[in-house]
Amino acid sequence: MARDLSVQIGSLTLKNPIIAASGCFGYGLEYAGSLDVSALGGVASKGLFLKEREGHPPPRIVETPSGMLNAIGLQGIGVHRYVAEKLPELRRLGVTNIVNICGTTLDEYCEVARVLSDHEGVAALELNISCPNIKEGGIQFGCSLTGTYDVVSAVRKVTTLPIIPKLTPNVTDVASFARASEEGGADAVSLVNTFLAMAIDVETRTPKLSNMLGGLSGPAIRPIAVRMVYECHQAVKLPIIGMGGIQSATDVIEFLIAGASAVQVGTANFVDPFIWTKLTDGLADYMDRHGIGRVSEITGSLRKNT
Amino acid sequence: MAVDVLAEILTNRALSRDYNVLGFAAPEIARLARPGQFVMVRPTSGNDPLLRRPFSIFEILRDDRRQPIGVSILNKNVGVGTSRLYAARPGDRLSILGPLGRSWLDVFADAPGHESWFVAGGVGLAPFLTLAEHTAADKRPMRLFYGGRSQSDLYYASLFEDLGASLHLTTEDGTAGEKGRVTLPLERELKARGGRPVTLYACGPTPMMRAVAALGASLHAPTVVSLEPVMGCGMGGCYSCVVKVSGADQHPHFVRSCLEGPVFDAKRVQWEALAH
Ligand SMILES: Cc1cc2nc3c(=O)[nH]c(=O)nc-3n(C[C@H](O)[C@H](O)[C@H](O)COP(=O)(O)O)c2cc1C
Repeated sequence: MARDLSVQIGSLTLKNPIIAASGCFGYGLEYAGSLDVSALGGVASKGLFLKEREGHPPPRIVETPSGMLNAIGLQGIGVHRYVAEKLPELRRLGVTNIVNICGTTLDEYCEVARVLSDHEGVAALELNISCPNIKEGGIQFGCSLTGTYDVVSAVRKVTTLPIIPKLTPNVTDVASFARASEEGGADAVSLVNTFLAMAIDVETRTPKLSNMLGGLSGPAIRPIAVRMVYECHQAVKLPIIGMGGIQSATDVIEFLIAGASAVQVGTANFVDPFIWTKLTDGLADYMDRHGIGRVSEITGSLRKNT
Repeated sequence: MAVDVLAEILTNRALSRDYNVLGFAAPEIARLARPGQFVMVRPTSGNDPLLRRPFSIFEILRDDRRQPIGVSILNKNVGVGTSRLYAARPGDRLSILGPLGRSWLDVFADAPGHESWFVAGGVGLAPFLTLAEHTAADKRPMRLFYGGRSQSDLYYASLFEDLGASLHLTTEDGTAGEKGRVTLPLERELKARGGRPVTLYACGPTPMMRAVAALGASLHAPTVVSLEPVMGCGMGGCYSCVVKVSGADQHPHFVRSCLEGPVFDAKRVQWEALAH
């Protein structure tokens, strides 16, 4: 039967609902030698500030049961080098670029957004207001309702690109942050970023990460992330991009049913960089088995227990 | 280009209670691999542990007609992932991704007239066999300085001898070769080499590599090291395997060792910034 994997996120059309999560796929070009990056629904870039950032010293990651902690500290090349060194090639390859942007001030978010708006090849801006690993910037906006509203509405004024605030799960009521984003003029929200966490080496009694604290990702967080996507879907009309621990097509579909219009995959890409076609094939197979023509029919299709 | 192969385990040779050599049927990777590159091995198809583990490609396995059929890795049983790899059985299938990273030869193309001296500590031997085969094919003189805690840490030295390398073995307890650290004979031989130009290639514990780099710098031998930081993905996606090296601008920067390494010109490495 005719089935269509494409999805609509506001004004943005994606070939399929499966996006590489920010910070888990470099800038996208790292993978271009091994797979067709343009076949992905989109690539969320590594978080970009205005300037280059060195990030935290190693060790930056540690494995935990069914997951991992990271404290990369947003090492990145900055927006100017991104548009000069990465974007032309990404554009040539036909990659759908969802650029993840960061700032320590409102002005910085706006300036990064402006630079990106001036260049061809950027499909949308994902506002990183949720990185748990750096003190200044991001999370201070993402943990306050007015901060969230302020960033979204400020960036809204400087760009016509779709804007997608990325929400942190490290709050009591994530749905209220989706609402603040909606009021600020967002086109969609994405969630979740990582859960603030810690791991200790008991022999040496020292933290396992140089930064002490890090963000938990991977299958361990999936049920909490699904719950949060569900809560946001109940609270706002905005399209939702869901993520957290997705490893299989079944996991993708679970997020869609909970209310996501699209999903991102981070940690699972580290384990299997060729996961993308497996996920789209599995989704297509599910749609065929259930007689579903469009992905949007799955979004928010949760049924009541009887 | 990297490929992911759900590879059958052809052989598992236990060398001791700590070390084993696992051979994988992975002709695509064997054909693409260059000396010093690595693979990411998934110790299980489940989530415990979740991430792959990086391993230098040890041997290129060949059939009777010398065609590449797979690769082997030298594994040291130190944690959940490596203990699964220690216990893996021939016939099992594990996912291996590669070849990844830069080759020794990408960092220092063979300088004409240089002797190649390899300096290995323990499982640090792994990335040298492919380099030794390359060097032997070029008919260039080579030596292997190979150190361990005791005799049971030293394996496969004879493979290098068969390829024409002269050996300098050391153990800290004196059970094989010279007693002491591997830098002992290295320093002596460097000083005794007269005017002959030598390139040093080192892999092993960080303090050992750092000491080799210092000897290379003071005794005028260009030195390449293969670093082994914790890695998340091996493909440049996660930025976890960074090491601090001086860049073209002479300033130190964190670079991803999966892409820019694992092999580095030792002069660039900021040793004090390396996690152990
Ligand atoms: C190593 C690593 C780096 C990350 N870097 C970023 C980042 O730069 N910006 C961002 O918004 N999220 C970042 N994240 C969060 C992921 O995009 C994603 O929200 C989170 O990992 C949950 O999805 P997963 O379980 O599929 O990985 C990072 C996650 C990991 C594991």
